[in-house]
Amino acid sequence: MKNQTIDPKQIKGWGIDADPKNDPTYPMRARMNVGQDPDSKHRPASLQPQDVEKLRSIERPNVSAVFGTTIPPTGLSGLIRRAAFHYSENRYRHWLPLIVADRVQVVEGVLDDLVHGKVPNIFAEKGYAVEWKYNRTAFVTKMATIAALTTGAIIWFSSKSDKQESRKRPRY
Amino acid sequence: MLAMDYRGPKRVRAVQKPMPEIKHPQDAIVKVLRTCICGSDLHLYNGNVPDTRVGSTFGHEFVGEVVEVGSEVTKVKTGDRIIVPFNIACGECHFCRQGMFGNCHESNTEATAVGAIFGYSHTAGGFDGGQAEYARVPYANVGPTIIPEGMDLDDAVLLTDVVPTGYQAAEMAGIQTGDTVVVFGAGPIGIMAARCAWLFGAGRVIIIDQEDYRLEFARGYSYCEAYNFKEMDDPVVFIKKITDWMGADVVIDAVGAEAAGNAMQTITGRKLLLQAGSATALHWAINSVKKGGVVSIVGVYGPTDNLIPIGNVLNKGLTIRGNQASVKRLLPRLIEHVQNGIINPKGLITHRIPLAEVADGYRMFSAKLDNCIKTVMIP
Ligand SMILES: NC(=O)c1ccc[n+]([C@@H]2O[C@H](COP(=O)([O-])OP(=O)(O)OC[C@H]3O[C@@H](n4cnc5c(N)ncnc54)[C@H](O)[C@@H]3O)[C@@H](O)[C@H]2O)c1
Ligand SMILES: [Zn+2]
Ligand SMILES: [Zn+2]
Repeated sequence: MKNQTIDPKQIKGWGIDADPKNDPTYPMRARMNVGQDPDSKHRPASLQPQDVEKLRSIERPNVSAVFGTTIPPTGLSGLIRRAAFHYSENRYRHWLPLIVADRVQVVEGVLDDLVHGKVPNIFAEKGYAVEWKYNRTAFVTKMATIAALTTGAIIWFSSKSDKQESRKRPRY
Repeated sequence: MLAMDYRGPKRVRAVQKPMPEIKHPQDAIVKVLRTCICGSDLHLYNGNVPDTRVGSTFGHEFVGEVVEVGSEVTKVKTGDRIIVPFNIACGECHFCRQGMFGNCHESNTEATAVGAIFGYSHTAGGFDGGQAEYARVPYANVGPTIIPEGMDLDDAVLLTDVVPTGYQAAEMAGIQTGDTVVVFGAGPIGIMAARCAWLFGAGRVIIIDQEDYRLEFARGYSYCEAYNFKEMDDPVVFIKKITDWMGADVVIDAVGAEAAGNAMQTITGRKLLLQAGSATALHWAINSVKKGGVVSIVGVYGPTDNLIPIGNVLNKGLTIRGNQASVKRLLPRLIEHVQNGIINPKGLITHRIPLAEVADGYRMFSAKLDNCIKTVMIP
């Protein structure tokens, strides 16, 4: 059976108990549904000229009247982001690649720093100075644990590969 | 100009960036005078918001002085000092005309489910934020409000987000006279929500967190009861017990995606990103509100899915309301409250640092060091 559009007012009893005060969003907004809006598609008169690549949600027909222009997609992370925007906000295929792209771009960011002759000061970027100042014991314990685990893992993996068992998956 | 620069999860720095430019005739450029770090920034800082691009400038809480305006800007002029609401709103679309300034349809191209927010990833529109010396403010005829004569900049900057969000949390909770209100989260937002719950006639206000210093602060600032969930066997049973086994009339989630307290939620939501953040507080909220009660969500979650007991929402007949605060809608009333001494926003500020120390500021706020509640940066 095909879907039919009917005028709801034709339905017996339509709206007889309607109570506008019983709106869970009241008083958060001046209640107006799309049908009541004389100009529901209204847009600002001036549209921002598009001079950078803008990825657009396929759940809307156009680029918004105003938009942010920071960091257009570039490189491998950009390719992944462009692919993600083929899918709607309703899909994991949209969001998961975006998270992957975010991580890829972290590596791109470090490479970019190095290309520009800058070695990122990760200790400072992570704000470890304040951990050292206000949270020393926990911070030192955490760093020591990470160092121990890393050293342990390196030793474990290298001894494994010595025995040529590297194809076996490690069990933790 | 000096600006905050995101490099990856838990890595930020201050660097020189190009000055912002007018891109649309309704744009203004402001010289930032005060800017804050918010709990919402922690979702970005931790790398949990999809499409957070390396090189972005964060910051959605800022006040500044107008230094340049586009050809269509009539409501503010060079030299004006303005409060800039954290949401970017056109004022003309179907949603803005209903007062839903946090849900504008003409400022975010990347996602339809989210309005645009300054410095809040491309999922929120890809705008640079205000943790910088200068910022581009679109729709300058709509959002910005001139800072009233005599108002402290520290009060003004908290009117961009914390005060309206806390207030709207209480408003959405539909508090009726005498209601028992439970607030999860004693960060700036939860503390403000607890304070505002009284303005709507609450009969009892209870705040829950795991940081003793914040609970202590909330007792004083918000006149509420405060309890540490780490000392509870089960927070839901605890709330049932102290509410005559009925549950609270309304519960506010002022925690959001960074919630602690449940290992399974933390691992799947914050470490593996299999959920849109950890939904521990929301889970507790649904289970500790009374039947027929209201859960008001201002804690922010990502755009994918979360594990919450939706069956209980049905079986208990609950109403759930949530939104990004509609700052512009609430400002006139809240400015009055501040001017009349009913709300004291700057009382929340514990740290003032220069923008150059942004990395330390983020770490301190994120790790809750040095009894930090709210950090203001001065560019
Ligand atoms: N809807 C909006 O418009 C809006 C605006 C601003 C902020 N927010 C959101 O509000 C939330 C709080 O912001 P904030 O600035 O106060 O952040 P914050 O990080 O300072 O505060 C969060 C508090 O929650 C506590 N907490 C963690 N797990 C908890 C649990 N299971 N139960 C109770 N408390 C728990 C933390 O210890 C912390 O004190 C964030 O999610 C933020 O994104 C929403
Ligand atoms: Zn904020
Ligand atoms: Zn709008």
